[in-house]
Amino acid sequence: MECVFGLVGKGFALVVADTSAVHSILLHKTNEDKIMVLDSHKLMGASGEAGDRAQFTEYIQKNVALYQFRNGIPLTTAAAANFTRGELATALRKNPYSVNILLAGYDKETGPSLYYIDYISTLHKVDKAAFGYGSYFSLSMMDRHYHCDMSLEEAVDLVDKCIIEIRSRLVIAPPNFVIKIVDQDGAREHAWRESIKDAPISAA
Amino acid sequence: MFISLSTMEALWWPWSERIASPSPVTAASAFSFRPSPLISREFTRSTKRSSSALSGLATDAQTLYQRLVFRHKLYQLREERNMKPETFASLVSAILYEKRFGPYFCQPVIAGLGDDNKPFICTMDSIGAKELAKDFVVAGTASESLYGACEAMFKPDMEAEELFETISQALLSSVDRDCLSGWGGHVYVV
Repeated sequence: MECVFGLVGKGFALVVADTSAVHSILLHKTNEDKIMVLDSHKLMGASGEAGDRAQFTEYIQKNVALYQFRNGIPLTTAAAANFTRGELATALRKNPYSVNILLAGYDKETGPSLYYIDYISTLHKVDKAAFGYGSYFSLSMMDRHYHCDMSLEEAVDLVDKCIIEIRSRLVIAPPNFVIKIVDQDGAREHAWRESIKDAPISAA
Repeated sequence: MFISLSTMEALWWPWSERIASPSPVTAASAFSFRPSPLISREFTRSTKRSSSALSGLATDAQTLYQRLVFRHKLYQLREERNMKPETFASLVSAILYEKRFGPYFCQPVIAGLGDDNKPFICTMDSIGAKELAKDFVVAGTASESLYGACEAMFKPDMEAEELFETISQALLSSVDRDCLSGWGGHVYVV
């Protein structure tokens, strides 16, 4: 089951996702990137139906870019989150997407923020959040150890604690995780936590 | 499935009234969220004199909240005045009944002061059936408990402080016995 979780620290936000691509009982690959970089200062980690996940996050990414082209300025994180919620809400009673989203961003005026949007388009602005079976473990770990304004070292340490819990306690635990960070310097990959290494392949 | 569940009540009183609304708890898969963001999202202060709160499915509460704010602002632009709470209640009822065969899973509670500061409270089911009351209205997952608590504690013609105490005690005692709501409450005075 897909594990995505995230938290807000002092001047940054982290999103962590597992990197397994699963089809029924088959593990296709262990380096699937589920955290899309929407623009220079936004990350969208998504979990759910694989096709919906890829299609919906790409759709949001292209619309965020379109707004920037049309208007000359980028969307704020809150605006992007509300746009995403709007798209999910409109589709909900027509042809719903089964995608859960954690949207993290950094704005110059308001600093880092994290938005939780579940598959029926419930939007919450949060400090920490998680989806999937892994959430049973990561939410409890974060409830215990999280505090406001964590430094990067503390936050990555907490993320590692969550990953250790997921690996040791979830029956079909994903082997690999990717950690992405967004701060004033932008959105980028921070680290991988791998226990299985796939053979490297050229990108599609 | 995520459901934001909340419990609300509005007590009636000669000169002003209160909507008390506990911080909702998102149930299912044992997730909970901090109170304040959910409250501000579910609660519309549509005019200076009327407010509404929405219990039920969080996504529909958020969508309905946005639609109601839009309709009320449009009304203000056209009529250059605020909507009376009776009118607002009829608007909410109409919007809910529009979706009769695919409803919003929300139960609103509306409270406000109409003409001559006359207090007005009402609640609705998810397809807009209005229930007006003289004394109190309740909605949410702990509504049965709230009916009991309010019936026991309500007295007509209470003053502001007493009403505040009454509504808070009724709310807290009801949600303390409901696993799906809690983490405190907000009392709004109109």
